[in-house]
Amino acid sequence: MEHVSAAAPDELVRRHASPGASLLAVLHAIQDETGFVPPEVVAPLARAFNLSRAEVHGVLTYYHHFRTHPPAQVTVALCRAEACRSMGVEALARHIEGRTGCRFDASRDAGGPGEHGAQPVELESVYCLGQCALSPSMTINGALHVKVTPNKFDALFDEARTHAASPLASAKENA
Amino acid sequence: MSTRVFVPCDSSALALGADAIADAIVQEAARRGTSVELVRNGSRGLLWLEPLVEVQTPEGRVGYGNVEVQEVASLFDAGFLTGGAHARSVGVVDEIDYLKRQQRLTFARLGVTDPLSVDDYTAHGGLEGLKAALLMSAEDACQTVLDSGLRGRGGAAFPAGIKWRTVREAKAAQKYIVCNADEGDSGTFSDRLAMEGDPFGLIEGMIIAGVATGATRGYIYVRSEYPHAIAMLNTALGKARAAGWLGERVLGSNHAFELEVAKGAGSYVCGEETALLESLEGKRGIVRAKPPVPALAGLFGQPTVVHNVITLATVPIIFARGAAFYRDFGMGRSRGTLPFQLAGNIKRGGLVELAFGVTLRELVDAFGGGTASGRPVRAVQVGGPLGTYLPESQWDIALDYEAYAAVGAVVGHGGLVVHDDSSNLAELAQYAMHFCAVESCGKCTPCRIGSTRGVEVIARIRNGDTSEKQVQLLRDLCDTMVSGSLCAMGGMTPYPVLSALDHFPEDFGLRPVQPKAAAA
Repeated sequence: MEHVSAAAPDELVRRHASPGASLLAVLHAIQDETGFVPPEVVAPLARAFNLSRAEVHGVLTYYHHFRTHPPAQVTVALCRAEACRSMGVEALARHIEGRTGCRFDASRDAGGPGEHGAQPVELESVYCLGQCALSPSMTINGALHVKVTPNKFDALFDEARTHAASPLASAKENA
Repeated sequence: MSTRVFVPCDSSALALGADAIADAIVQEAARRGTSVELVRNGSRGLLWLEPLVEVQTPEGRVGYGNVEVQEVASLFDAGFLTGGAHARSVGVVDEIDYLKRQQRLTFARLGVTDPLSVDDYTAHGGLEGLKAALLMSAEDACQTVLDSGLRGRGGAAFPAGIKWRTVREAKAAQKYIVCNADEGDSGTFSDRLAMEGDPFGLIEGMIIAGVATGATRGYIYVRSEYPHAIAMLNTALGKARAAGWLGERVLGSNHAFELEVAKGAGSYVCGEETALLESLEGKRGIVRAKPPVPALAGLFGQPTVVHNVITLATVPIIFARGAAFYRDFGMGRSRGTLPFQLAGNIKRGGLVELAFGVTLRELVDAFGGGTASGRPVRAVQVGGPLGTYLPESQWDIALDYEAYAAVGAVVGHGGLVVHDDSSNLAELAQYAMHFCAVESCGKCTPCRIGSTRGVEVIARIRNGDTSEKQVQLLRDLCDTMVSGSLCAMGGMTPYPVLSALDHFPEDFGLRPVQPKAAAA
């Protein structure tokens, strides 16, 4: 996002790379603060941990949880694993794609969101949220929901979009 | 005197609006001038009833299931504070058949206590195990675990006592206890329930493991998909530290133990113990070749006990009640209890802790009440995404590690995912390969390449190329993955695939006969 200036990466690393902390923990701390891990932190992280940039890049891109681009205004993470499949999550996924006009895992497949920056909506497949007795489950902007039906999704999605409405408008202006 | 009202605070209940319900109860009570004491308990594991509100009455705790926030006023109208009748009433919770018929050992406190109250914990048997362990020699403590028959509950079922003894006997300046809370298997949630509903139990189990093996540091590696469990554990750890359970002198003894939570980052394979250790060291979660086993060269190359949450959370009761008490549950070489998790298309999903030996039919029908859709059950996948699909002919086999292994199935972590007759097992088989392709760490070729080739072959068969050549190709591929993969990810992905192919060939467009009969 715009508030991450060119000087910020060093500052981010300095603040979070405390002695004894693992690289994973530092990446978490950065993402928790910024919403994503800016690729610019790779070099300062490599220096801080005495690793090669390739090693840091490897860790950053190995884990599904870390994102190297700003999150969308509305991020939907839908569980596509067995228990949710047994309760019709694939039909729900098609409904969600139709409703949002987006494709699941589009940015992951494309290796990032491209030059357009953050999309207003991002759909992610995840594999198990641990709510398998109350399938299907998903998160919208991190908030957990279970026993999701198409109607329930529509209501939650509208609500999330309304919440995101003002920041969405300003983000568009900046872009 | 104020009435105690319980509203669960685990993530399932929260996802169904438990916070709003708790607020509404407090407000409504204030409005009516009644006094209530709100307790945020853990889930009872009767997940189909969530949010399950309970009220303390002289007859016991009376429950109201599937409560919605707009019903709170009507609960007051019905006199729920004295257990009054209401459409949502489920009676005395301890008398609910689903709960009453269980053998809750590991989960004895689940839903009963406030998971973040040290006093509640010790009032319900907490710390008795640790106190007993502190009076024993390290050797006797390891022997107790061995005698209890406890085996690794993550799925591999390795005898826990042998691991402890190996670590205890290893010479090293620093040893570690690592809890594998990377519960990535679909259909499993018992680790989550333990961490959210009784975190002190896990903490106590880890301290005991430290005392018995000489390890002074512990880590709980929790998946990032469980933010609520991480928050609960961190709060519980702070309280445990303040109460003197952790630090230089555990409960005033000469044993030191420090414990912290580490957060995963969305990699399924990090549930494999060596990949987990790599991840804990801050690296990519790539599987290590074994030997050396982690008990000798684990975290940072030091002797390390790596156990699943349930294994460690079971340790306190073994020490509190004795090895013989625990060993008396179960059958054959599968001693004690397993918290089964009823999941997927099931009417009454939840946690059912029972001694080994129960059958799938009993769990799915008697406890689970059949499918949620009301259609007939067609297949049950036991043991997570790497477990087999069991057809009805196998539903009467006793759930026991060896009995399941004898038919090529796995008990695993005790998760059951029920599928009704609208399911397509060929699609699920293709999904199993797809999942392996997404999550493979990439270190070994059978898993990295085999999974993608597996998706392609199954897709070809499903698209109509049902020739013997394709089916043979799939079987050969599975054979390579089983025999050639470094860990269970590639080595067991063929389990669901082959069980689907063997028991449900019609879903692949193949003739519905057993392959052997066809060959004869």
